[in-house]
Amino acid sequence: MTQFPDSLSDLPPAERFTGPADLADALSRTGYLADEGLATAAYLALRMQRPLFLEGDAGVGKTALAQAMAEVTGAHFVRMQCYEGLEASQALYDWDFPRQMLHLRAAEAAGVHDAEELERGLYDRRFLLARPLLAAIEQSPSVLLVDEIDRADDEFEAFLLEILSDNAVTIPELGRIVADIPPLVVLTSNRTREVHDALKRRCLYHWVEHPSYEREVAILRTRLPQITAKLAEDVARATGKLRSLDLVKPPGVAEAMDWATALHVLGARELDPDRAAATLGAVLKYREDADRLHSMTLTAMFGT
Amino acid sequence: MADNRDVVETMLVFARTLRVAGLEAGPDRVQAMVAALGELDVMEPSEVYWAGRFTLCAGPDDLERYDAAFNAFFGGETPRPGGRAPRQERVVQSAPLDLDPSGSGAVPEDQTLEEHAMASGGEVLRHRDIAQLSPAEREQLRLLFGLLSVRPPTRPSRRHTRSHRGPVDVPRTVRRVLRNGGEIRRLARHKQRTKPRRLVLLIDVSGSMGPYADAILRFGHVAVRRAPASTEVFTVGTRLTRVTRELRQRDPDRALAASGAAIPDWSGGTRLGEVLKAFLDRWGQRGTARRAIVVIFSDGWERGDCALLGEQMLRLSRLAHAVIWVNPHKGRAGYEPLTGGMQAALPHVSRFVAGHSLAAFQELVKEMADA
Repeated sequence: MTQFPDSLSDLPPAERFTGPADLADALSRTGYLADEGLATAAYLALRMQRPLFLEGDAGVGKTALAQAMAEVTGAHFVRMQCYEGLEASQALYDWDFPRQMLHLRAAEAAGVHDAEELERGLYDRRFLLARPLLAAIEQSPSVLLVDEIDRADDEFEAFLLEILSDNAVTIPELGRIVADIPPLVVLTSNRTREVHDALKRRCLYHWVEHPSYEREVAILRTRLPQITAKLAEDVARATGKLRSLDLVKPPGVAEAMDWATALHVLGARELDPDRAAATLGAVLKYREDADRLHSMTLTAMFGT
Repeated sequence: MADNRDVVETMLVFARTLRVAGLEAGPDRVQAMVAALGELDVMEPSEVYWAGRFTLCAGPDDLERYDAAFNAFFGGETPRPGGRAPRQERVVQSAPLDLDPSGSGAVPEDQTLEEHAMASGGEVLRHRDIAQLSPAEREQLRLLFGLLSVRPPTRPSRRHTRSHRGPVDVPRTVRRVLRNGGEIRRLARHKQRTKPRRLVLLIDVSGSMGPYADAILRFGHVAVRRAPASTEVFTVGTRLTRVTRELRQRDPDRALAASGAAIPDWSGGTRLGEVLKAFLDRWGQRGTARRAIVVIFSDGWERGDCALLGEQMLRLSRLAHAVIWVNPHKGRAGYEPLTGGMQAALPHVSRFVAGHSLAAFQELVKEMADA
């Protein structure tokens, strides 16, 4: 597949991969190691042009998948972080009022008095600020990441649903803007709120799990080539053990990477109890969790 | 392809199996599954598994049921990826109860609900202890419950609304200026809007709370009907049950019957600590309890570990805006919070109120709105 990169990149993203395994290969070349389920989900999302709805614990690589997908499909990456009170003017587009004002004053000074012409000049594309949704539709192909959709309000969900099903935006003053190739949409949720069923029904749903030991070692070695193989194995094993402890916040892959980096910076070539205790703040983010671990002996956890 | 029809038919039967297993699996979802299969290899069991899982499941609770149904239907091993066990396994399962049927050892003298206090005739129904009402009086009280006006608590929203006073609304002012050909006539102003604050009711349905459970669930129904989007109701006993959906029905009796059917641990024991932990792990920490007003209806009779309850209450008090503990026994003269559970929980509670009569519930409504 790699010998014809030019002819391949001419194809629309959906037809560039022969199957889930092929997509997983391409993803792994960008440094993202997807398991079978995730690769299949991403492949289907591309082929069926359906949004991908990802749920799972924090730090399992939901956001990173969207970035990796943009990289393998050669698409623009557009991210929209959701929050409470997110409005259409922040998600879709907004008119640049100050610049319009300047334009108006400038036109008046230049002696333009034709109201019709003034107005046409005022609502020009150059005064339109494209927010993430419009940007994703304009710059196709693109990957649109709608991060933490559960944080936005219900009304925003309905609005998003409308845009996603049309792949087009209508701006009263300008007209309709349609995407040449519909963007690949990845929605993530941390389940702080149950997302409406109508939105979920239109998506492919996938629950992202923590990686297995082997996969985690592979991820650590790919992402952090500077660390030793022994350190990667030790960190993956210890993180796996921590996840089984019933903690307030079980560490994700992101935490495992932070931890391995911290240990490497301290010059560790393998995990030993002293260094583990000193760097524990990189994996355990709650005092209760740290206390819990201290109550068990550290050597029992990390000893060889 | 000759076996195309067979495949579709097989999948339709499979979808029916899933519906029996409790998944929603509506027609549009099934259609999506067939479309997904069209992109994958039908002869490969793992691809069939994934195609169904992405399209027919809507949450982590569905995954276990889906796996079981898939196993039963296709008789194969599910290609479940390694890693941590699914979340739902961490939930408190209905553990065998160590309930003493006679109840003699567990219920102390001052808690005996069967104790018949003489009801003085002059007392208004409003102030009577719900546990001591006759069936006819209870019926009357039911109607009164419908008249309770639960004011949902509010919090400032990020959004603004027009106002005559307040800070200048720059975008709107500029838009007006544009409309008036560049002339500033009047400044537009705005103020912060308010939104309903999330309200979470945790209702203890164990045996010792039996006489009050009906009234409290009715109260829950009124609260849910008042602000359906921002109210969550859970019952707590030996396990956690979410009854919000059942309580959303308009008719109170039907809503109560539906939630009664959904609760598997009516009149069982109480494992407040464990169940509270399940609530915080699955819902609370993720956002349901964050900045919410959490109302716990319980007498604090903990059969599990009181230290665990204290620990979880501390966790809850850090997440929530306010924690209100409602104990029906507090309404009695001479009550002191001596039970182990109450002792462990009280330091982390912002308000401790009674909930034994309609008047007490009215008081609670006020507390909730002011919290």
